[in-house]
Amino acid sequence: MLRYILKRLLIMVITLWIIVTLTFILMVSIPGSPFNSERGTNEAVQANLEAHYNLDEPYVIQYFLYLKSIVTFDFGPSIKQPSQTVNDMLGRGFPISFELGIITIIVAVISGVTLGIFAALKHNKVIDYMAMGFAVLGISIPNFVLATLLIQQLAVNYELFPVARWLSPAHMILPVTALATGPMAIIARLTRSTMLEVLTQDYIKMARAKGLSPWKIVIKHALKNALMPVVTIMGTLLAGILTGTFVIEKIFAVPGMGKYFVESINQRDYPVIMGTTVFYSAFLIIMLFLVDLAYGILDPRIKLHKKGGE
Amino acid sequence: MDKILEVKDLHVTFSTYGGTVKAVRGVNFYLNKGETLAIVGESGCGKSVTSNAIMRLIPEPPGKISNGSIIFKNKELTTLSEKEMRSIRGVDISMIFQDPMTALNPTLTIGTQLMEGLQQHQQITGDQAKSKAIEMMNLVGIPNPAERLKQYPHQFSGGMRQRIVIAMALICKPELLIADEPTTALDVTIQAQILELFNEIQEVTGVSIILITHDLGVVAKIADRIAVMYAGKIIEVGTKREIFYQTQHPYTKGLLHSVPRLDLQGEKLTPIDGTPPDLFSPPQGCPFTARCPLAMEVCDKVYPVTTERSDSHKVDCWMQDDRAKQLLATSAEK
Ligand SMILES: Nc1ncnc2c1ncn2[C@@H]1O[C@H](COP(=O)(O)OP(=O)(O)OP(=O)(O)O)[C@@H](O)[C@H]1O
Ligand SMILES: [Mg+2]
Repeated sequence: MLRYILKRLLIMVITLWIIVTLTFILMVSIPGSPFNSERGTNEAVQANLEAHYNLDEPYVIQYFLYLKSIVTFDFGPSIKQPSQTVNDMLGRGFPISFELGIITIIVAVISGVTLGIFAALKHNKVIDYMAMGFAVLGISIPNFVLATLLIQQLAVNYELFPVARWLSPAHMILPVTALATGPMAIIARLTRSTMLEVLTQDYIKMARAKGLSPWKIVIKHALKNALMPVVTIMGTLLAGILTGTFVIEKIFAVPGMGKYFVESINQRDYPVIMGTTVFYSAFLIIMLFLVDLAYGILDPRIKLHKKGGE
Repeated sequence: MDKILEVKDLHVTFSTYGGTVKAVRGVNFYLNKGETLAIVGESGCGKSVTSNAIMRLIPEPPGKISNGSIIFKNKELTTLSEKEMRSIRGVDISMIFQDPMTALNPTLTIGTQLMEGLQQHQQITGDQAKSKAIEMMNLVGIPNPAERLKQYPHQFSGGMRQRIVIAMALICKPELLIADEPTTALDVTIQAQILELFNEIQEVTGVSIILITHDLGVVAKIADRIAVMYAGKIIEVGTKREIFYQTQHPYTKGLLHSVPRLDLQGEKLTPIDGTPPDLFSPPQGCPFTARCPLAMEVCDKVYPVTTERSDSHKVDCWMQDDRAKQLLATSAEK
């Protein structure tokens, strides 16, 4: 087990390094610089500024300076807002984005799995058709369209929820709904189809022959097997939700990391680009690792370690 | 002898898009305490449906026990509620399925799966359940039971898994065990071991067994009585001797001639030509008529009356009629 984790950690570091390097290459190859914006800065001043931020150094040196800033996790101040360090921005934005993301995942998983189970148990009945119709809608409507619809109807027309911002639980309902509906629909459909398959398995019949109650059979015997494919696609869903937060945060004026991420790219604010990219990537990589661990725990046939077995 | 189970005029149908499948059409049999009854017959003749009906495990819909009664220890099972039935499943009647590779849940340990039946039906502590489980593992011949309880199904071979399934079925000490082709998925040497295990277990626990199979070799080894099923009906039933040595029904004869036997060396194997009738609209007469070498006009029109050749030996065939026997005798003389 320990060996497996160490190996995975090493692979994670390598993955992160590749991402960082690619980001650096992309960054230096996009035309423009933080200083030659429309305002037309004096050339001498610009040279001075570039020297200050080491932007006049050869790329190789710049690259190593970036690597150093990542290893020490100190990206320095933002170029555009020099009064703030990148770490300040991450510290302020991340908790909010994290909150949005986590609530979304929890809502999507719980409602998706519940919907899927009910649809499977009521196979070919009204509940099943309704749930699956709903799921198809959920999958086909992009989250930004749903977000605008929700704002227009529930916030503007009926004034049930605040239009935007992130201040109270009531503020969270619309952005979370907009972001969670897609993943929820995917999870519901997947849970339903695997559940239907699992319910025809012999071990379910065996469990019935033992005299177990229907709920015990669903919870203990069927659910764990039916959830395995859901865990498998969790990684993809997480990545989707993560990128979804950029858009949703923008639409609902949620002051999360998405704002800094998008703005920094537009403004060529190199330290902020680097900081947010590294942070997002590291976060996603760690989440994927946790998903894999969860999979190994759910399915005993997948061995994370060499010990045991025949 | 005490009858533990009596099935009378059992009818099971399935409603499908194509029409109603009459899978079991008036099955009658009984089972004495401590004996083994084998139900044999071709694929699709309704063996599994009959056994699932006894457990009330027919999926409803599409299935339905449309008529008949199943009396287990003087209790009518067909009218019990699902909840009452749950207190019988696993406790009084247990079932073993064909494929041990799929009958165990891959994500739960053997121990969990062995003990959950006990914990469902009895008020016992975890430790008691565990020692019970170990006792059962010993009974079915699995070495190192305490260790192996913690393992998962994929860590066991096919034969071992079938032993575990048997232990699971027997852990609440049921009085009736229904085994639906318990050895079909196993290789021959393991088959023999598992059959031997059934014999041992019956000696130790006195459990009555219904053994479903299409392997007459299996039947010869462990059955006391044999019921031969064809197209949803039992067409001949008798003791093992009666079925093997005083075979009456042409279908039973056909079955016996289509498997190799050591005591009949030199005789040619003759498979039964043709296929069983369509169960959507089964013939009103004897369903075997179309494949029967002795078929008469009456066979096609009227289902034969049951002839009791002895207390135990019953046959549904018009050839049992005295007039048919006479005709056959005179035609043989010519
Ligand atoms: N769920 C179902 N829906 C429709 N028809 C069914 C269903 N289950 C069984 N049947 C039908 O009932 C008939 C009897 O099936 P059954 O499984 O009892 O056969 P069997 O004798 O056990 O055969 P085998 O030796 O292949 O296991 C078959 O014709 C089958 O098509
Ligand atoms: Mg069968």
